[in-house]
Amino acid sequence: MRKFLVLTLALCLLPGPLSPGLSASPMVSTGGAAADSDRAIVHVLNRIGFGPRPGDVEKVRTMGLDRYLELQRHPDRISDAAMIARLSELTTIGMSSREIAGKFALPALEAQRERKRNAKDDSPQTPRRKDPEQERASRVMLELSEQKMLRAIYSERQLQEVLTDFWFNHFNVDARKGPDRFMLTEYERETIRPHVLGKFRDLLEATAKSPAMLFYLDNWMSASPNGPDISSREMTMNRRGIARVRPQQQGTNAPRSGALGVPAERVRGAGAPGVNKGLNENYGRELMELHTLGVDGGYTQKDVTEVARAFTGWTIENPRQGGGFMFNPRLHDTGEKVVLGHRLKSGGGISDGEQVLDILARHPSTARFIATKLARRFVSDTPPASLVDRAAARFRDTNGDLREVTRTILTSPEFLSPDAYRAKIKTPLEFVASAVRATSAEVRDASLLVRTMQQLGMPLYQCQPPTGYKDTADAWVNTGALVNRMNFAVSLTNNQLRGVSVTTALVGDDPQPVPRSLVGDDLSDSTRATIAKATTPQQMAALTLGSPEFQRR
Amino acid sequence: MTSRRVFLKNGAFTLVSLGFAPAFLARTAYAAGRSGRPKQLIAIFQRGAVDGLSVVVPFGESEYYRVRPSIAIPRPNGGEGAAVDLDGFFGFNPRLQPLKPFWDARQLALVHACGSPDSTRSHFDAQDYMETATPGVKSTSDGWLNRYLQARANPTTPFRAVALTQQLPRMLQGTAPALAVNQLGQFGIRAGRASETVGASFEAEYADAADRVLNGTGREAFDAIKMLKAADPSSYQAANGAEYPRSPFGQALKQIAQLTKSNVGLEIAFADVGGWDTHVNQGAGQGQLATRLDDFARSIAALVTDLGDRMEDTVVLTMSEFGRAVSENGNRGTDHGHGNAMIVIGGGVRGGHVYGKWPGLSVDRRYEGRDLAVTTDFRDVFGEIVVRHLGVADARPIFPGYAAQPAKFPGLFA
Repeated sequence: MRKFLVLTLALCLLPGPLSPGLSASPMVSTGGAAADSDRAIVHVLNRIGFGPRPGDVEKVRTMGLDRYLELQRHPDRISDAAMIARLSELTTIGMSSREIAGKFALPALEAQRERKRNAKDDSPQTPRRKDPEQERASRVMLELSEQKMLRAIYSERQLQEVLTDFWFNHFNVDARKGPDRFMLTEYERETIRPHVLGKFRDLLEATAKSPAMLFYLDNWMSASPNGPDISSREMTMNRRGIARVRPQQQGTNAPRSGALGVPAERVRGAGAPGVNKGLNENYGRELMELHTLGVDGGYTQKDVTEVARAFTGWTIENPRQGGGFMFNPRLHDTGEKVVLGHRLKSGGGISDGEQVLDILARHPSTARFIATKLARRFVSDTPPASLVDRAAARFRDTNGDLREVTRTILTSPEFLSPDAYRAKIKTPLEFVASAVRATSAEVRDASLLVRTMQQLGMPLYQCQPPTGYKDTADAWVNTGALVNRMNFAVSLTNNQLRGVSVTTALVGDDPQPVPRSLVGDDLSDSTRATIAKATTPQQMAALTLGSPEFQRR
Repeated sequence: MTSRRVFLKNGAFTLVSLGFAPAFLARTAYAAGRSGRPKQLIAIFQRGAVDGLSVVVPFGESEYYRVRPSIAIPRPNGGEGAAVDLDGFFGFNPRLQPLKPFWDARQLALVHACGSPDSTRSHFDAQDYMETATPGVKSTSDGWLNRYLQARANPTTPFRAVALTQQLPRMLQGTAPALAVNQLGQFGIRAGRASETVGASFEAEYADAADRVLNGTGREAFDAIKMLKAADPSSYQAANGAEYPRSPFGQALKQIAQLTKSNVGLEIAFADVGGWDTHVNQGAGQGQLATRLDDFARSIAALVTDLGDRMEDTVVLTMSEFGRAVSENGNRGTDHGHGNAMIVIGGGVRGGHVYGKWPGLSVDRRYEGRDLAVTTDFRDVFGEIVVRHLGVADARPIFPGYAAQPAKFPGLFA
């Protein structure tokens, strides 16, 4: 029984040594007929997914790596019924933002209002007491997070999950900003997920029109500074709408502690005279810096202002009630704009913003920026220029077809080169998911895995800056997080995480040194020797999952 | 050193023992010499926007009483819950009495009408801007305290920068190592009875790893665990009669004192405390805000007292993302505002003074007609601390896009 675990973990690591003579050649031959090396298969499973489970390597070996990759690029051809069944208890993940607002957000606000009204003057405990409606509302974020964790662990559509994580992070929205926590369920499901292997231009517009992004980067309240009297009717209506559902802010004890149940914050400017009038450049800037061109992509402050003007009027019907995208001509700056040298004629209305998206999606800097980020995710922190060039060219040639760009990277010799092997440090999500997959753990309740993500410094859906989480080693290698990774390995393998049970295969009764042939040469001699000295299978497993080698993919 | 004792009892400031003033309080002592210990900054974030006008009360303004009929802090000697006079114009909230001795000893300075040039009234954005010190720019990847760490090639210990929080605050995020640890006593490998052996095994794995990055960080991690073990957090006794509140904030500050005194190379410490978002029933000398301030002031007073003469090398800085509206609202609370007050305590601080230009509270002097205007950019306070306390020669890389020039510094340090 114990051998089973050891074998499992071994396969998640490296099956073969890197001899100097081989290091120049790719890990796998490009001829489909040749047998794929297990090493290459492990590499692919670690890169396009969240690491191998027991049996995965054999399955891919039988199928052939090329065919596996091709299938992963077409997730709709892969049955995922077993994973879907695991999500059945998460009742909110299929809801629209409007439904979530009606069932959770508004009752919570109402209860909070009521509680405040009844607050005694000298009762410091009042804000600390858990409110049942708040508790209920926090379920929305928790379920979304559990969903993400369960999909990473169990989905057969591993590439789709990796890409959904990648693109959400690219178009990051932090749940802790105001009502965004009630918008992210729909945002991920409707805005991000359907487009991850589609056209970049479609993904870009979907995010530009998503209430989550409009709120997060403030565009919903951006208005022509010299337009009609926007402060009067439209915004007043908005303010009143907000005021009715949320007249006051609640006192909080730890608003930024990373807890999922962080109270909604007051809508900026609500009730404040003067602040809703005018241009907000936030979205315009991040659209170019983070979503498309990149910070050195060749735009000026003037372009930022012009883009912001183009997007005036792109707003939300009613943010607190889960309303959708709305173009409000009264907020729109009708004048002419010049964006990156392109003239947008006056009176363009909603088409101003759409033209800007066209310009940005077609721009060569965007192709390069996106190609670089994808190559960094799949290949290495410093991806080879040759690969970035080809991926960027593919982006331009296909009009931003992400399936094709992804394919260019995943079928490149650089992707399978020895230099790329184990070149990436796992993010906390990759670490947790891969550890659970490696041990074949049965997850009945993912909430403690979600909480672990906070301890590892990567709380799900709570990345503060619009940059998203970093995808390079320096962000994830630090003392506190490393100790927490080791502790997670201990808790997981000792079945100390409620709702997560590691297979009984772990409870062996025949401790013996780990056979080298089973562990593989990816573990150093020293690590192997250390593991061999452990006295229980659980400890052996913990020392494997917490080892330096397992922190890489 | 037994003569250098300070303790606070019932709000009174008492020197015990041989009657010498503690070094921390004797101004000449710092001028005379340096302890040789590293300079230290303890940053405290009051998340949720504390009402600075109730903390450092401008009792000299009649407008203050006109627009805050139910929540104003009464003028000094105004009976129950009255302000504690500081300089004839400003007064402390009565719950800040524990900090008054430090004001009297000129170790505590205040900066009023301080804040961000950005107009946001979003907690989220304003905290972000204060932590990155790039108001209006959201994509800044690191915090200003981390940029300080990057700028100084000081000896790295695992405890050079520590946040007593579950997650590393934005202010400390960045490429320089920084540690977030909620409970010092729990930092380590936790494997029940096997903790020791499992810990030793992990240590061996990382010590021998050829992986340069993980090897280095692994070594640091186990060094840190050992240093903490040697420091034995569970047996810590506060000095000088300091009594920390049992609140999470008080305990966080106690752990900072403990790390400081363990000589593990702590340079930057961070703690945060919430509960300031008083839109409803804020209270005055009593009430919600007063209760929060009580814990706040007693915790900081305990920290400063406990650190004793180590305060010579230390600055304690408090901040909050923005202030609150000048007028009270319809719920006897206050809504989100703009300018706010910061507290700066330390041996080198020229205390006993309220810094910054006071803009006044009348409607025409307010920001957007409703809030306390900002006359001191918070980056000038941060900048001065970085330059004159921590000793950075060029603060520009720490405050990108901002000319942090001594000419603009409030003058907190000599």
